[in-house]
Amino acid sequence: MTTRFEVNGKAVEVNVEPRMTLADCLREVLRLTGTHLGCEHGVCGACTVLVDGEAVRACLMLAVQAEGRSVTTVEGLSNDDDLTPLQKSFRKHHALQCGFCTPGMITTAHALLSEEPDCDADRVREVLSGNICRCTGYIPIVEAVLDARSAYRKPAGDRG
Amino acid sequence: MKNTFIGAPVERREDLRFLRGRGQYVGDLAPQGLLHAVILRSAVAHGHIRSIDASRALTMPGVHAVITAKDMPGGPPIIPMRLQPLPEFKPFEQPVIAADKVRYVGEPIAVVLADSAAVGEDALEAIAVDIAPLPPVADRATATKGASALFEKGNTALVFSAVRGDAAAAFKDAPYRRREQFKTQRHYGLTMEPRGVLAEWDAAQGILRVFGAAKVPFFNRRILAAQIGLPETAIDMVENDVGGGFGARGEFYPEDFLIPFAARQVGRPVRWIEDRRENLMAMNHAREAEADVEIACTRDGVILGLRGHTYADMGAYMRTNGAVGARNVAQFMSGPYRIENIDIDVTLFMTNKTPVGTYRGPGRFETDFFRERLFDMVAKDLGIDRVEFRRRNLVADAEMPYRLATITPFESKDELDSGDYQSTLDRCLMEIGWNEKQKLQGKLIDGRYHGLALGCFIEGGAAGPKETVKIALNPDATFTVLMGSSAVGQGVETVFAQIAADALEVPLERIREVLHGSTAYVSDGYGAYHSRSVVMGGSALLDAVEKFRAAVRADAARRFGCAEDAVRVGDDKVTGPDGRALALTEFAGIAAEGFFLNKKHTWTYGAHAAHVTVDAKTGRVEILDYAAVEDVGRIINPNTLKGQVIGSLVQGLGGAFLEHLVYDDQGQLLTGSLMDYLLPTASDFPNLRSVTTELKPSPINPLGAKGAGEGGIIAAGGVVANAVANALGDFGVEPRELPLSPPRVWEMIDAARSNAAAE
Repeated sequence: MTTRFEVNGKAVEVNVEPRMTLADCLREVLRLTGTHLGCEHGVCGACTVLVDGEAVRACLMLAVQAEGRSVTTVEGLSNDDDLTPLQKSFRKHHALQCGFCTPGMITTAHALLSEEPDCDADRVREVLSGNICRCTGYIPIVEAVLDARSAYRKPAGDRG
Repeated sequence: MKNTFIGAPVERREDLRFLRGRGQYVGDLAPQGLLHAVILRSAVAHGHIRSIDASRALTMPGVHAVITAKDMPGGPPIIPMRLQPLPEFKPFEQPVIAADKVRYVGEPIAVVLADSAAVGEDALEAIAVDIAPLPPVADRATATKGASALFEKGNTALVFSAVRGDAAAAFKDAPYRRREQFKTQRHYGLTMEPRGVLAEWDAAQGILRVFGAAKVPFFNRRILAAQIGLPETAIDMVENDVGGGFGARGEFYPEDFLIPFAARQVGRPVRWIEDRRENLMAMNHAREAEADVEIACTRDGVILGLRGHTYADMGAYMRTNGAVGARNVAQFMSGPYRIENIDIDVTLFMTNKTPVGTYRGPGRFETDFFRERLFDMVAKDLGIDRVEFRRRNLVADAEMPYRLATITPFESKDELDSGDYQSTLDRCLMEIGWNEKQKLQGKLIDGRYHGLALGCFIEGGAAGPKETVKIALNPDATFTVLMGSSAVGQGVETVFAQIAADALEVPLERIREVLHGSTAYVSDGYGAYHSRSVVMGGSALLDAVEKFRAAVRADAARRFGCAEDAVRVGDDKVTGPDGRALALTEFAGIAAEGFFLNKKHTWTYGAHAAHVTVDAKTGRVEILDYAAVEDVGRIINPNTLKGQVIGSLVQGLGGAFLEHLVYDDQGQLLTGSLMDYLLPTASDFPNLRSVTTELKPSPINPLGAKGAGEGGIIAAGGVVANAVANALGDFGVEPRELPLSPPRVWEMIDAARSNAAAE
């Protein structure tokens, strides 16, 4: 099936089997391998991407369901020049070791902080509890996300 | 050697690619012409294969080949053991694919090569396998009965014994004895990245390239070369980014032969990426052990002896490092304590379940749970404070090196190298606020019972015999470090850059890259396990720097026409007598390999303490505070060190409370997804602290480092089980089995209440 959607700000057109997941499409067809597959049944969160800004498990969504949507992967939340404030905070707090769950942590945290830049530690833990990390014990990840909140807060004048 | 970067919280170089989604794991590789492999695995735990009919699968569009044992002339190769390769284990080793008998659910039967994994999975459904079932052996009782035998040799692979002193004599007139039974449950070193192998056969050059290598690539190359009939030099093992190791990933598994074999058969690159269900049933399991042990003490709490029998479920085959955990259960039951008389054996028995291997802190997590539970029971019996009981029996620094029980067969002798065990215990008590919190012990506050406990542990590191590191000077005055051991996510690129920069006395930026884990980099390597990379590789790195400088001096002496010892090698220039000097870059291209040889082990040590609450209505245990204190000899990077401690501690708490690979009596795995196999999440254990010290640098290596990858996990089970016992002291609850899941804790409380009501 021909499917058109946007990935990281660019329009793409793919011809995929209806049964192909969005995760496989991103990885195998579009070669965006930053989106990782840790369980393929929606538990581990490694494959989390943003679909129209919302955190979504790319292993539980079919590529054809992305028709007309805007998908953002970890590559889309990165740039060549420098790490983003969220990425810097992860690095500063040693919030990653093997790096396999990291893209899903980054996308999930980005979605959370974009919506709730003033969230507290309990809220961060609640949201991140859908993403499994086997290396860090989570404590530094929670610290990193909390420390990155300021970068997501709008300047005082902009607040409604 | 400077000490600028060693000990500093240097941010990791690896992070720059991982955070941007630019890590490159084996599943990210997709060369031209790639075929995907999927594996047909046995759905039957025990049986004889009558027939395999793949004819229908082979007619399906996109299916290129189906490989079975019949395609291997001379039968499928056997995977040899890497550690403790005793002749007794030979009959129990695993063939790379089942030929006539299947022995566990998940055992490979056929490999399908297809245009995509999805097409390959379709084809699996079309392969007809006829298996005549045999009675399954799913537990120790059935294995011991022997009515159904997995192997001609029966269901017992070996019995190791751990002996020191004369236990029989010590028990004979002992004023106090207690005998107890304990169990730890099957769980495993689940990695977030499932396993994967990509193999390419370059027929023109006669080179086999195998991507996805991890942990022990040099050893695995030796196995593969022998199995596939190629010289080692014709095989390149390439390590990509590795999504977690924990002992389980990187050992030689059946797929490590099957995929390269398939690539050679079809002359195209072949990639196999495990799915999670496969991972749960095919990656090494671990930790399933039982103990029936007895302790003898004086009335004032001096331990006289420890004896008994322990049992380790090996699953269906003896895999590469399958004996390590069992051996350790027996050898390290004494832990950091002075126990002069020991006689403990461990029976390695076979069942129709997934074979076992090491999982971080192999055998130590299990045996520390057994020992520390027993100690708390003994202290209570004797009316001695549980801290004081431990204090009286800890090995003292003056007694080092202290000999541990000797393991036979294999004659494994070991001795504790150094340590001030009392000091980490004191520090741990202080950190948790032991004295102030004693009044909470067993108290019911707001519906929850409070409990405190502590335990002491040792962590072995620095497995020998050798490690190799190469240093090369680049034309731009930077250096490249090439290592013989591997990265499994622990940050070796950063840590080795720190050691190299200090040894070379140059800024960190001049260590351009740290390359690791591939067989092409250095002459030989031994890999990443047993908390050995920093100790062994770091020490080899110091030797490489010495040899590099010697090589530069020799070259400069020729150019200057002077004696070598008149040459001084600086960070940017090389000076001879009379002030003559050459830029260091004049010597670009010089490279030197360094080695570190070692037969002894390092011993990190420490104490953990926990403050928990138990909700008697639900059985839920919450950790209010947990302090992990560990002396690691020498800290290279406090950030990555803390990461190791907290990360392994949470894994240990997963093993203590959540993780359980459950089988039914037919040998069927009931926990085949992450919905069933529960892992810790971000909301489970928020209150953990790590304190690391450098009190006693190791005397057996130039860095003084001791290895620190496993300390967090080792003590966890025993400590939290004791805390639960203490919280529920009023009920007389004594946990003897893990995991302490809410249902199990609730059942123990309920049973205690029923008993009390009946009395």
